[in-house]
Amino acid sequence: MSQNCPKISVENISKTFDRIKALKSLSFSIKRGELFALLGPNGAGKTTLIKILAGIIPPDKGKVLIDGKDFFKDISKFKKEIGVVPQTINLEPELNLEENLLIHGLIYKMPFNKIKKQIKKVLLFVDLWERRKHRVKNLSGGMKRRLLIARALMHEPSILLLDEPTVGLDPQIRRRLWELIKKIQLKGATILLTTHYMEEAEQLADRVAFIHKGKLTVIDTPSNLIATLGQYAIDIYTKEKRITKYFQSREKAEKELLLYSRENTLVTLRRITLEDVFFKYIRSEL
Amino acid sequence: MKGFLGVYLRELFLLKNRAFKFILSLSVSPLLYILAFGLGLGKHLTIKGIPYLQFLIPGLIAGTTMMQAFSINVEINISKFYLKSFEEFKCAPISEVEYLLGEVATGITRAFTATAIILILAYLSGVKPVINFSFFALIFLNTFFFACLGVISAMLIKSHADQTLITNFIITPMMFLSGTFFPVENLPPFLKELIMYLPLTLVTKDLRKVALGGQTVPEDFFVLSSLCLIIFLLGLKAVKYGRD
Ligand SMILES: Nc1ncnc2c1ncn2[C@@H]1O[C@H](COP(=O)(O)OP(=O)(O)OP(=O)(O)O)[C@@H](O)[C@H]1O
Ligand SMILES: [Mg+2]
Repeated sequence: MSQNCPKISVENISKTFDRIKALKSLSFSIKRGELFALLGPNGAGKTTLIKILAGIIPPDKGKVLIDGKDFFKDISKFKKEIGVVPQTINLEPELNLEENLLIHGLIYKMPFNKIKKQIKKVLLFVDLWERRKHRVKNLSGGMKRRLLIARALMHEPSILLLDEPTVGLDPQIRRRLWELIKKIQLKGATILLTTHYMEEAEQLADRVAFIHKGKLTVIDTPSNLIATLGQYAIDIYTKEKRITKYFQSREKAEKELLLYSRENTLVTLRRITLEDVFFKYIRSEL
Repeated sequence: MKGFLGVYLRELFLLKNRAFKFILSLSVSPLLYILAFGLGLGKHLTIKGIPYLQFLIPGLIAGTTMMQAFSINVEINISKFYLKSFEEFKCAPISEVEYLLGEVATGITRAFTATAIILILAYLSGVKPVINFSFFALIFLNTFFFACLGVISAMLIKSHADQTLITNFIITPMMFLSGTFFPVENLPPFLKELIMYLPLTLVTKDLRKVALGGQTVPEDFFVLSSLCLIIFLLGLKAVKYGRD
């Protein structure tokens, strides 16, 4: 296994449901140990891509290589390398936490003594060990999301696919999950994460890609993407809408700000975020 | 075979959590049949010289074990359409054989629990059927067949409502017509021809023979085993289809 080949390569993947083209010849690769975020609006094709990489649905066309080897040729071997955190919570609500994890361990063919050890390890990791005998249906939303992550880590996968892992959580719990995800990456896992939250991608990702209507637009580091627009932005609020202007330096932005405020227009100055980049690309695609 | 254990254990945990309700619900309908048909309606009735209750018990066991085996589809449908936990099996490196066997083992577990309950009720009402290897082998083949059918139906249907249709139009009629409550010979000729060849009819006939102290013909075991093999292979195809 060569160390410099990408961990995951996606080559010209296409998928059509009935008449909806969910993915249109997508290609990109993720480096070993990288945290790669996929950003896109509702219906962009994020979950479809995750499901293909998890081996849940086959693509119509294209290839996926893991460590340079064909994923679909030896799918059950590669499935052991992959942990999946799905967008919809699919735990067994009537079973307790340990039972959920035990079943996962069995269907991933883990040795019995390893299963026992891992249950403790992953539950401690996500801070749910105390709750191990509780039924899953009695957990809060944030706990369920954490348990999903614990379950995906049970069989110690080298790849983790996270489909909107923090959706619907309060900011505090979201931050705790970010810490967990970062820790998992530091232990050596390669992570693909989808999200609607720009801040999440900006905080976590080494690189981000925008996906829109089944196509990938740009792929780069968050800071490079932000730099394409500049560093500072001013928002100008007119009667009809908000206009945003981007600047390379703070001085230039402040100069412009002064001009507008003299005209009694409401203007504010701020740093450029990934959200600005997102809207620029998504809008130009519309 | 760990995958098999995972699938089976999941179902066992679910059963364990409502063991009391499960056993209660397994007892109610046989009890009603025994009371209504066996003791109420059939008190002074004999069929071919056999007291009706003795005639009824093997039929009741055949019909109930079929129902219990087939009803594993309910849990599968819930995990497919409602809890989405079926996706876990799609992600996992388990084979179709392991999945199918895990579910079939669940059906068999349910069916043998039901058998035990009916036998207890039978003893309480004074009926002592002969129980030997053939008796259990017939129940096993019966449940194996209908558990596979349950998995197949759960894999092929697109919504939960379709499932009710299958149960109402196929399983319930079989429960009533396959010689469970009265001899198939009593049916109108065209129906008789059709029903004679159903697997449940064969099981009911043989189980009754065994329970009354008779012998089965080896050919029947051969036919039933072949049917089980065929439906098992179809089941594997269905699971593959259901996963994609
Ligand atoms: N099983 C399916 N059958 C038909 N169409 C589907 C199916 N799954 C997805 N689609 C369609 O494919 C497109 C992409 O869906 P997908 O779920 O991948 O989007 P997404 O980016 O994950 O959206 P969200 O952010 O809302 O989760 C959508 O138009 C969706 O309606
Ligand atoms: Mg999605």
